Amino acid sequence: MTNHWIDIQHSDCILIQGSNAAENHPISFKWVMRAKEKGAKLIHVDPRFTRTSAKADFYAPLRSGTDIAFLGGMIKYIIDNNKIFHDYVVNYTNAPFLVDAKFGFKDGLFTGYDPDKRGYDKSTWTYQKDANSVILRDETLKNPRCVYQLLKAHYARYDLKKVSSITGTPEKDLKTVYEMYSSTGTKDRAGTVMYALGQTHHTVGVQNIRTLAMIQLLLGNIGVCGGGVNALRGEPNVQGSTDHALLYHYLPGYLSAPRASQQTLESYIKKITPATTEARSVNWQSNYGKYAVSLLKSWYGDAAGKDNEFGYAWVPKAEDGKDYSVMTLFDVMYAGKIKGMTVFGQNPACSIPNSNKVRAAFAKLDWMVHLNIFDNETASFWKGPGMDPAKVKTEVFLLPASASVEKAGSQTNSGRWIQWRYEATKAPGDCIYAGEAVIRIQNKLKELYRKEGGAFPEPILNMTSDGLSDKGGYDAEKVARLINGYFLADVEIGGKQYRKGDCVPSFALLQADGTTSSGNWICAGSFSQDGKNLMQRRGKADPTGLGLYPEWSFAWPVNRRVLYNRASCDPTGKPYNPKRAVLEWKDGKWVGDVPDGAPPPLAAEGGKLPFIMQPNGVGSLFGPGLGDGPFPEHYEPLEGPLAKNLMSPQQNNPAILLYKSDKDMVANADARFPIVMTTYSSTEHWCTGAFTRWQSWLTEAMPQAYVEMSEELAREKGITNGDKVRVESARGKLECVAMVTPRFRPFLVNGKTLHQVGMPYNYGWRFPEDNGDSANLLTPTVGDANAMTPEYKAFMVNVVKV
Amino acid sequence: MRRRQFLKMSCVLGAGVALCGLGVDLVPIEAWAEEIKKIDRLKSARQTTSVCCYCSVGCGLICATDEKTGKIINIEGDPEHPVSEGSLCAKGAGMFQTTEANEHRLTKVLYRAPNSDRWEEKSWDWAIDRIARLMKEERDKSFITRNAAGQVVNRLETLAHMGSSNLDNEECWSITAWARSLGLVYIDHQARV
Repeated sequence: MTNHWIDIQHSDCILIQGSNAAENHPISFKWVMRAKEKGAKLIHVDPRFTRTSAKADFYAPLRSGTDIAFLGGMIKYIIDNNKIFHDYVVNYTNAPFLVDAKFGFKDGLFTGYDPDKRGYDKSTWTYQKDANSVILRDETLKNPRCVYQLLKAHYARYDLKKVSSITGTPEKDLKTVYEMYSSTGTKDRAGTVMYALGQTHHTVGVQNIRTLAMIQLLLGNIGVCGGGVNALRGEPNVQGSTDHALLYHYLPGYLSAPRASQQTLESYIKKITPATTEARSVNWQSNYGKYAVSLLKSWYGDAAGKDNEFGYAWVPKAEDGKDYSVMTLFDVMYAGKIKGMTVFGQNPACSIPNSNKVRAAFAKLDWMVHLNIFDNETASFWKGPGMDPAKVKTEVFLLPASASVEKAGSQTNSGRWIQWRYEATKAPGDCIYAGEAVIRIQNKLKELYRKEGGAFPEPILNMTSDGLSDKGGYDAEKVARLINGYFLADVEIGGKQYRKGDCVPSFALLQADGTTSSGNWICAGSFSQDGKNLMQRRGKADPTGLGLYPEWSFAWPVNRRVLYNRASCDPTGKPYNPKRAVLEWKDGKWVGDVPDGAPPPLAAEGGKLPFIMQPNGVGSLFGPGLGDGPFPEHYEPLEGPLAKNLMSPQQNNPAILLYKSDKDMVANADARFPIVMTTYSSTEHWCTGAFTRWQSWLTEAMPQAYVEMSEELAREKGITNGDKVRVESARGKLECVAMVTPRFRPFLVNGKTLHQVGMPYNYGWRFPEDNGDSANLLTPTVGDANAMTPEYKAFMVNVVKV
Repeated sequence: MRRRQFLKMSCVLGAGVALCGLGVDLVPIEAWAEEIKKIDRLKSARQTTSVCCYCSVGCGLICATDEKTGKIINIEGDPEHPVSEGSLCAKGAGMFQTTEANEHRLTKVLYRAPNSDRWEEKSWDWAIDRIARLMKEERDKSFITRNAAGQVVNRLETLAHMGSSNLDNEECWSITAWARSLGLVYIDHQARV
């Protein structure tokens, strides 16, 4: 979230699209309702009428997988009707930038596409520059090569009729949503966007979010109180686990993971620190070298020095351009190339697309180590449906873990608040912290490599022990201090003394010379210099009156509660909306929230642009960083109902990775599978139900798998509410209960009636027995072109009465 | 109303309702008596704060741990928490069933041998020895020092790790460091799915 949960109450118009917040983030909805009590309007856009829709002032249906068409139409509406927040767009976005003369877009493709590589040469996705390499601008926004005019031209095709024929949303509904939401493009009104997996689970997931972000930039809604682009993250610590890089492509703190071509620390740092010719840009990423060195110091301690590039050689280098994300991981495993796997606190047998492929892949492992608080379909895959244990060679370890209330440590909510919790009791039996299990394995490996030697022992032997307890075990508080970071020498910075051993109170103090450590720079400051754990704070002071609660826990970065908050002020530093001033430049300093960048506002002497994480200092309406285009474009899902994309001759996202195993069948516009399907969750279950299915209070309320369908489809298929039905895709099938409901309605797409159904992915065969299996038996192995988030939300099935 | 006042109020109301039932039906009275006993135990219970283990709203919890048994006897919303203000959804309100009160909790290390049709109980020491040995054997056999282009890559592509976004930050960080020390590149978790 750019903002935070409490901030939603300050919004004047809330657009929930790709989320069922009322059911899946119920307590967040407290703040939505509070905004409504103050007069805010709530819009819900979703294929299904949910409890969120029931509370909305306006609900608009759309066919799964068509968000860019829907939102592209909104961009067109905003531009055509001059609803933009003009000053904001001119000053704080790249709308005035002139784009390279050779850049273009035709037939659904941007310039530079290579069909063999299924990717783009992005050399024309750049800006025109003067002799000093400074980007040329046209602040009148009239130049036909400026971003604003290119944006206008790109979305000129997204008229109401075209959008409606793609999305299935009636034209008048589109217009109502566009009118309502674009009313927030003024100084005194703020609009916020709440989204969840309904936006990310597509082959165009990242571009879905970008379209929302672009709308927010056009309306001046980013950085302001009651605004922002707010991801409703679905796991208790998915913010933190992402921050700490349980992902192949990052190191902690969003530092790109090294690739083979970056053979030296110098070449790596050069790659991760973008340069800028914009004098008014803070370009904060230019500091990434300091954070990388401080990370290496936290990992390797005294073994990391200038003479050995701080141990950079010990960090694995992924192959350039190669994907190692989860679907590729299982594709490679299915091919028999992965021998051993550790799975901690996750249930991929039910949560990863195309479960039949995933479960078959497990049987090709030599061994699997699984850690959890309950048994699940992953740990017990060898006795699952269709498996003959006698034929499964995989050695399986199932390790009992402590539950959350049995652990001390921190977790980070969607608003980036890192909250500490305490061990309320000792865990039962032989249960231990997951952290303790990792440390025991790590300690044993250290012992074996020390005794026996082996392949490249250095990274194992040199990995820090500073986070361990006196007895050599896991110690959450000590690890938290390592993550925060220490001064490793007595230093003076900006006239202030810091002693060796002090906690680093801000990442602004981290150094690239080995005198500081920090296991994750964005968390620096979670301890005060004298070692006080600020994540434990429970202060309720509210100096701005906006509910920022700066003394409650610690929010990364540097306790900032609203990201990009300097964009809430005009170039002189005056809040655009003084009634909800998250920040103000007063008497030569920023007052309010922790400013997003200390320098003065743009118009002041030495003033800087507000988007400090962007090399050019402004929000990107033109986004050349992505792999599938600088402007979002509507493509059909890999498996959809239409033989031809109505927007362009390019059917699917041209940059997606296609899998070719014998389990990867796809049936686009195939008469055998005429119904669009989507997946979702319920209030009573969590994700694959790996915790919640074992709880009687919850399974009593939501006992078994079901498929929701419209009354019209049920009539066509001769199905009545409560019937047992079979749902089948090109990849798998399952039986479950039919829930016939007016919550789904048929769509009119390209002049034809189209049905959509939906199913929760909360179930699995293991428990409760005979109550259904995973909806992911049906989903395809395909993901977003940038982030590889799977396309769980739009694919094709058939439903028949059993 | 502060939390303690609320508890006192609940006691009074509870006792009143229990008395009303006298001589009519003993089952509800016994149930209320159980509740009152629980309230008594709650009065002396150790209270710690926690955070909900489901979605990422991060609602505050108060866990009450019985002084005598050391076990959690109640989990409820934390009214002081600025986001949740004491409220919880159905899952959060049921978090008590994630504790050892749930008979389905795993409490032993379980091992399934190749081609076996059952779990066997093992000790942690045995499991850690075996797991570390398997990891070392595979790492020593398949570690890649240089790629096809001759670049130093120091990675291992035959082991993979997944999870988890339901672990604490400090655990996630420890896993990241450990996985990289092995040379793993196949690392992923719920953030992508």
